[in-house]
Amino acid sequence: MNDFPPWKVWMLTAMLVIGVLLSIPSLLTEEQRAYIPEFLPQPSINLGLDLSGGVHILLEAQTEEFQEQRLQTLSDRIEDAMEDDGPTIEIGSLSRRGGAVTFTVRDEAQLDDAMERVRALTQPVGFTGQRDFSVENEDSLQIVVTPTEAGNAEAIDIAVNTATEVVRTRIDELGTREPTIIRQGTERIVVQVPGLDSPESLMALLGRTASLEFRLVNYEADPNMALACQAPIGSEAMPYANPADGTGCVIVQRRVMVSGDQLVNAQQGFDQRTGQVTVNLTFDGTGGREFGRVTQENVGRPFAILLDGEVLSAPNINEPILGGNAQISGSFSVQSANELAIALRSGRLPIELAVIENRTVGPELGGDSIRWGGLAGMIATIAVMTFMIVTYGRFGIYANVALGLNLFLILAIMALLDATLTLPGIAGFVLTVGAAVDANVLINERIREEQRRGRKVIDAVQTGYKEASRAIFDANITNFIGGVLMFSFGSGPVRGFAVVLVLGIVTSVFTAVTVTRMMVSVWIKNKRPTELNI
Amino acid sequence: MMRLLKLVPDDTNIRFLKWRNVAIILSIILTVASIALTVTRGLNFGVDFAGGQMIQVTFTEDDVAPIAELREDIDALGVEGASIQRFGDENQVSIRMRVTEGVDDDPELASAVSTRVTQMIEGEHAGARIDSVDSVSGKVSGELFRAGALALGLAMLAISLYIWLRFEWQFGVGALFALFHDVALTFGFFALTQLEFNLNIVAALLTIIGYSLNDTIVVYDRIRENLRKYRKMEIVPLLDLSVNETLARTVMTSLTMAIALVVLVFVGPDVLFGFTVAMLLGVFVGTYSSVYMASPVLIWLKVGSDTFVPEETSPSGQRIHKEGYDR
Repeated sequence: MNDFPPWKVWMLTAMLVIGVLLSIPSLLTEEQRAYIPEFLPQPSINLGLDLSGGVHILLEAQTEEFQEQRLQTLSDRIEDAMEDDGPTIEIGSLSRRGGAVTFTVRDEAQLDDAMERVRALTQPVGFTGQRDFSVENEDSLQIVVTPTEAGNAEAIDIAVNTATEVVRTRIDELGTREPTIIRQGTERIVVQVPGLDSPESLMALLGRTASLEFRLVNYEADPNMALACQAPIGSEAMPYANPADGTGCVIVQRRVMVSGDQLVNAQQGFDQRTGQVTVNLTFDGTGGREFGRVTQENVGRPFAILLDGEVLSAPNINEPILGGNAQISGSFSVQSANELAIALRSGRLPIELAVIENRTVGPELGGDSIRWGGLAGMIATIAVMTFMIVTYGRFGIYANVALGLNLFLILAIMALLDATLTLPGIAGFVLTVGAAVDANVLINERIREEQRRGRKVIDAVQTGYKEASRAIFDANITNFIGGVLMFSFGSGPVRGFAVVLVLGIVTSVFTAVTVTRMMVSVWIKNKRPTELNI
Repeated sequence: MMRLLKLVPDDTNIRFLKWRNVAIILSIILTVASIALTVTRGLNFGVDFAGGQMIQVTFTEDDVAPIAELREDIDALGVEGASIQRFGDENQVSIRMRVTEGVDDDPELASAVSTRVTQMIEGEHAGARIDSVDSVSGKVSGELFRAGALALGLAMLAISLYIWLRFEWQFGVGALFALFHDVALTFGFFALTQLEFNLNIVAALLTIIGYSLNDTIVVYDRIRENLRKYRKMEIVPLLDLSVNETLARTVMTSLTMAIALVVLVFVGPDVLFGFTVAMLLGVFVGTYSSVYMASPVLIWLKVGSDTFVPEETSPSGQRIHKEGYDR
């Protein structure tokens, strides 16, 4: 047993001491941590939402609607291009069908020009050499514009990225602590807000597209069409947000006067005359000028305020609205007006998001879980340790020291890796208590066996460690495989369990084999025992 | 000196494998019954795998949760097929709702339902505290289900492959049999008890797979060692010898695992009940299967002293190994 020279003993001890010290911040409360001097590193473990309480929401971008919207925008732009980019080209049967925009050019002589104008609307995609739409002249006068796969992917990618930023801004406005907002895959966003116990307001805020538009009402349209929610060409029929405001729809012009994209600020406020709750808007320079110009030209006519495709109100323009300020009212409560103001300030979501998973844990349940889980861990540790001492005596004590160190090391590594402790993770700790001593059981049983076969103290210990190591290694590898697969396929809390399990496997091989071996060898060297009580 | 506890006396010589045919018939019956039960009765999938909502409520001002009243209130909301159960303490309930129809077209519908129910409870019942809300859409639950099944399948294959590499192919087959047995029985247990089968249970299953193999490997390692040592011994006595030699360890480790898990079952949080019960069951089934499933397979696959080439001594006196494994 001369394989532990003093320098090796000191090195291992130093490593263990550092490990234990690094685990301490995780065991303290926030107030206690405040007493640790600033210059010391203070890695501390994160609590999962199931322990700290909080809201976890998985949002998914609604790509189908987004594609539809993209086609609509394209079709509008084609219409504009044919009218404005040079001599007008007469086109007909402009439609969106089968995921493409098709139209016919009336005059064959203008076909090439029309193709050119549509091509000018397309954009290259990254460095792929592809463009976002393919333009084809299918038969004689018909032009088909189809979105390319690469173009779609890029548009969704950009939209989801922007949406992630918008979501971040909105949550930051709520003033909650340490929210996590991560984009997941191509179309999903994970939002985690610890300490928040009502998911409703958060979901209302995130699910809202907040597309605000001011449009002129098509007052010349047939009122019967408005009732039936039909619109003449160049106009759109929009439903009321609050059905009590009127029956049927409001027919508005397709062209948008100003939109929420041109806002610099939005605040909840009150109407000074009526006392109604309002949202006060401030437009940027161009938005304000445009708003002023259009209202000046249309005094006495109605305009509509649209939010996410629904009419909030459709007042008459009594006087030109200059100065770039406006006030919108609807049936708002202070809270809903506040939420709308936040949503408007943070900008429009470029793509609609739907909540596809929501998990909320109240702070009380989380606290309970920590208490009961901690108690179970303590009882299990004491029981297993007692059992080990009763069975293996001195070697049991060594195993117990190793077990204790092991638990501290797992905590320390988790804190360093910024890993998250979840409720199943606590169960992982308790399970590790039961499983980590397996290595020592294997070693100690082997030592007993070798002693029975007549080996002397040192020989028995050495053979015991050597022969048991092989099985310990193989057995831990299989657990490791299970743990890694669990981590890669699991989600949330299960991952927390896998982390503890996998780290526990790695650290337990170190503590239960190397560290106990060191302790045993130091003991043998100092005391030179002639027999082993094991 | 202190007299130490010895749960298993020295040099036991129990002829475990004498009952191998009985054991294997029993195992086959149990496995088939478990699979049949899982298929016919089905598992009580939680929201993770079936989708829908689960809401847990504690009525802090009542001793007993007003379940009947709650049921009426929820019916009045027009939420269909909600099941309400006591969960944990007397004043705690869990409300389970299936995936709402039409939710595929409008994913928002799912969260709208749980929002309505939680707002009703908070409004109608003073002192009601919403402990947790889980709302999972059909899309997500489908993905979780596939991921879980994949992880389970891959884990079984990967571990068997590893055993094949470290030992011989017969051992890999034996391990796979033992794993299949353990997993099937766990499924059967959940079909029988109708305990909720959720993501945590998949984690428990993966743990069971890992630890069940723990035992199998320790026994296999000893079998390999003995096959090299006793070249003339018949296979059945050799397997018995290996199981006996590792018996003390098997008992000790199963016990320490069981202690930790029993404490978790009784003291740990209610949420973890199914998870820990599954693992506790796994400890016993896993220990049994490594003796009675993993070992007999070696007999049928004709493992003998020629499976492993013994250690030879090279001319220089150094020991060399023909089998490439760690010394």
